[in-house]
Amino acid sequence: MTATELRPTTAATLDSKAPKRPRNMGQIIRWLLLFAGGIVMVMPIAYMISTSLKWPWEVYNVNLIPEEPTIENYTYVLEDGRFYWWFINSMIISTLTTISALFFDSLVGYTLCKFKFPGRTLVFIAILSTLMIPTEMLVIPWYLMSQQFGWLDSYWGIMFPGLMTAFGVFLMKQFFESVPDDFIEAARIDGLNEFQIWWTVAMPLVKPALAALAIFIFLGNWTAFLWPLIVTNSTDMYTLPVGLAGFGDEADVAWELIMTGAAISTIPTLVVFLIFQRFIIRGVVMAGLKG
Amino acid sequence: MFRYRDLTIRQKQIVWAWIFLAIPVLFYTVIRFYPTGNAILISFQEWNLLGSRTWTGLDNYTKLVNDPVFWKVFANTFLYLLIGTPVSLLISFVIAYHLDKLRFGHSFIRMLYFLPFMTSAVAMAWVWRWFYQGVPIGLFNNFLAGMGIAQIEFLNSTTNALPAVLAPAIWAGLGFQIIIFMAGLRSIPQSYYEAARIDGVSWWTVLWEITLPLLRPTIVFIVVFSSIGFLRIFDHVFNMTTNNPGGPLNSTKPLVLMIYDTAFNSFDMGYAAAQTVVLFTILLLVSLLQLWLLRADR
Repeated sequence: MTATELRPTTAATLDSKAPKRPRNMGQIIRWLLLFAGGIVMVMPIAYMISTSLKWPWEVYNVNLIPEEPTIENYTYVLEDGRFYWWFINSMIISTLTTISALFFDSLVGYTLCKFKFPGRTLVFIAILSTLMIPTEMLVIPWYLMSQQFGWLDSYWGIMFPGLMTAFGVFLMKQFFESVPDDFIEAARIDGLNEFQIWWTVAMPLVKPALAALAIFIFLGNWTAFLWPLIVTNSTDMYTLPVGLAGFGDEADVAWELIMTGAAISTIPTLVVFLIFQRFIIRGVVMAGLKG
Repeated sequence: MFRYRDLTIRQKQIVWAWIFLAIPVLFYTVIRFYPTGNAILISFQEWNLLGSRTWTGLDNYTKLVNDPVFWKVFANTFLYLLIGTPVSLLISFVIAYHLDKLRFGHSFIRMLYFLPFMTSAVAMAWVWRWFYQGVPIGLFNNFLAGMGIAQIEFLNSTTNALPAVLAPAIWAGLGFQIIIFMAGLRSIPQSYYEAARIDGVSWWTVLWEITLPLLRPTIVFIVVFSSIGFLRIFDHVFNMTTNNPGGPLNSTKPLVLMIYDTAFNSFDMGYAAAQTVVLFTILLLVSLLQLWLLRADR
């Protein structure tokens, strides 16, 4: 008796779940397909790292997992000294450029957002219009300029074109809009000067935007190739991409060493990404939609 | 005498604004505007860096129009664009569309797709270059050999080299486009989909009548952004075809590589500057097209 009484309820529960089951199946299939695609996407990176950990006898084997992993390639490449210097060059150049761009981009963004002065629109449009000028058009005049002032083959020569970015100005201007004018007004009454207001009141309020911008600018400088290739000519001054391009092109360089060099120039940005993942993705959306 | 404290609040603001802007204005003038003007000026001159600069009028431009290499390069550059943009748009939309509908394990998968965006183009160009080598070196051909399929000449073939060089460029950009597409999909109000479900509309109709039209600004942005990227392709070509940059037989040479060669291997600065003016004009037209398309929306 109890069983028959229960039956309708069970049937009802089954019924309500019935349309859901194929949908869950669909979800699983969708997940698996997307996962398979994602694995394909990371394969080149995985093979790069795996090959950099292989002994020469194993390099042309298609196995992803090295049979006898070794860090021999890394010790070899770093002891050779060149990659070591290129890494340091890239690190110094990217860091200094990022600091400069963050400072000036946010200062200009703030000024264009919060100050009223004659010429404001003109300055803003002028800076924005430089977004339309491709780097490729500027490298020839930059080269001539560097030649004239003796900037060729120096850190300054590599860095000067990137010390400020129009994109950063635009992005920061957007974010300073969200800083209430009252805060600035209050600080002014407290007797802070305009520089202090910017630095101690406004800047802390746009930290997420600053951090996102920092990552983009750093990544851009870390991977920059055309200009460093043109402006440097001694091996000591190369950045990682320029160094790697020359290294790979030498006669008879083993592929596992090239992969090691490639891994050395890729792993730092990948690590940064894995740590700040959610944050970077939010930054991409912010920058993509506002920029 | 000028005294800061005698100024009104408004005047003080003007003073501060220009103090803050002094260095940046100098920077943009000297490092951006002056070189732009200079590049245009040099394009009307004949100059090999050592000798004197002589005015040649439109000679560099007539030389360009009559240079068969330029037309080959021009065609290649647009081939990169015409293959790269639709392919990357389609793949990234399909992935974003399904990723958006996924209810679990969503951020892990998104991470997998985004990872290539964080790599260095030069490093990855070398990885792909290794993939493309013949047996027994290259990964792809080793796989093909393992399955008993005939070898493919990737980088040494005049027909296969361009798509082979383009593939890693598309691959690296997908993650960015997927993220932008997903943000676009999220911004479509859920109520539209609910209304469609109540009306019993098929998913295909929903896609074409609701999703895609509302994604128009996102699509325009991605098309323009990736088009500009493909028109400026350089790192991949330079590093994957270094023994003979842009080869074989100029079949992969894009405009930026031609500019680099003309300026820094042949030291023909005037001719190279004329090529940069052409690139600038093309990119400007693409950007203006975007502005025009987005304005039509409003």
